[in-house]
Amino acid sequence: MKWIWERARTILSVNFATMVEYRVELLFWMLATSLPLIMMGLWILAVRRGEFSMDETEVARYFLAAFLVRQFSIVWVIYEFEWYVVQGRLSPFLLQPLDPVWRFLGAHLSEQVARAPFVALMVVLFIVMYPASLSVSIDQPDLWWLPSWRAVLGAIVAIYAAFLTRFALQYTMAMASFWIEKPTSLENFLYIPYVYLSGIIAPLDLYPDAVRQIAIWTPFPYVVWFPATVLVEQNTIPFAQGVAVLLGWTLLFVVLNRFFWRVGLRRYSAMGA
Amino acid sequence: MIRYIHALTLFWSTAIGAEMEYRTNFIIATLTSLLGLVGAIFTLSLFYQEDYAFAGWSWQEAMLVLGFYTVLEGVSASFLAPNLSRIVNHVRDGTLDFVLLKPIDSQFWLSLRNCSPWGLSSMVVGVAMIIYGGTQRQPDPLPLYAYLQGIIPAMLGIVVLYSIWFVLGATTIWFVKIYNATEALRAVLEAGRFPIQGYVGVWRSVLTFVIPVAFMTTVPAEAMLGRATWSWMVAAALLAVGLFTASRLFWRFALRYYTSASS
Repeated sequence: MKWIWERARTILSVNFATMVEYRVELLFWMLATSLPLIMMGLWILAVRRGEFSMDETEVARYFLAAFLVRQFSIVWVIYEFEWYVVQGRLSPFLLQPLDPVWRFLGAHLSEQVARAPFVALMVVLFIVMYPASLSVSIDQPDLWWLPSWRAVLGAIVAIYAAFLTRFALQYTMAMASFWIEKPTSLENFLYIPYVYLSGIIAPLDLYPDAVRQIAIWTPFPYVVWFPATVLVEQNTIPFAQGVAVLLGWTLLFVVLNRFFWRVGLRRYSAMGA
Repeated sequence: MIRYIHALTLFWSTAIGAEMEYRTNFIIATLTSLLGLVGAIFTLSLFYQEDYAFAGWSWQEAMLVLGFYTVLEGVSASFLAPNLSRIVNHVRDGTLDFVLLKPIDSQFWLSLRNCSPWGLSSMVVGVAMIIYGGTQRQPDPLPLYAYLQGIIPAMLGIVVLYSIWFVLGATTIWFVKIYNATEALRAVLEAGRFPIQGYVGVWRSVLTFVIPVAFMTTVPAEAMLGRATWSWMVAAALLAVGLFTASRLFWRFALRYYTSASS
């Protein structure tokens, strides 16, 4: 037990130091994932003028929540893994008595800590830009809305379940590095259904029924829409069901991942392997 | 001038040759941009489903804005993104010295040394969308000269985008590791998929004055529709010239802080 703790602490602190060294890159990363905040500006006006099933404050709050969910479920392991395989840097890791996946996972977690202050700033900025996002409704601008403790705890669980699903999916795709030269192009491809079906561009409540019913069969709505609606206490997917679906997908990807990891390693032929 | 054109053809033929080694990638990139097109149109349709429309923009007119955005995305993928990682690598490895020693303008070299065919599909798709929006426009399709009216503001938009990108790229002299500056820029640019009039007040001001996304897609589309006022066009031109000059000055300023690997 003690060695797990020691290794975890080493990995996390080393990665944290690296992340803090390149703070500006973190800032750029955060801007790169600010799409929910752009969409917020469009939807606020759309629901004000059109006949949509949500009101201004609901929409604004949803997008702030979606932004937060996304910030804490960003995964980039495939870029790193591709580089390690192409450059042959995976070799030294294979000699260590620790599966490299823990190293990558640790890097992601410490990066989240390093990014947290920027995220907080961004949220404050958007509340300043649209103060009503924290009101109970647009008719009662002075009445504050805050998520309940239950919602916050539920959202944390849902966000980390979503993070695990995304990580498992992307790390599985990263295994393609053993066969093709640029697996990141696969990630770019899969990124598209992720953007359009996960609820980053609009809450799924505003989707046409047919699209929503198809989307729900993919993991995507569960990684943004579900945690975000849990946080704003408007989830149509029951909490236990949502988390179970996320864990189910994670399990599937982990099984696939271990399979391709074993087969792939046999093909790995970089310098020193 | 001739020397620069000659250099440019050499740069690009070698760069494309190198990229074409990854042919499967080219296919995946094309599929990606087609799927992205479906997604972009779907997003737009979400807004137009309940009798709502962006103020002053019919569906076909909004398609023009999306078309200009898609072209810009292609330009960024083909010309901006592949060069940025190079700039960062030069600064990290100290090889920027070799670039500075060349008898050619260093900003020119760094901005145009590389290009990749990945953005080509987006550019084609974007132009197709502009033609679709123009020919299907109600009540009358746009006349031929309208397309010409769109070209100059679109070019100005590209200059604006380039200048902002290069200033971001130049900050690598201080911050070193900024590989994803292009990603950040692209994300902010995504706001340009929709006409600026679709945004609520504060967003509109930010996207016009702070990050001038409005000048990259909305203004060219308005020009095509014959709705752009002279003041907007002059503002677009001033902005393009101003930012381009700023990018050159900034690069000179940045170079003063460059401490190469050897000195």
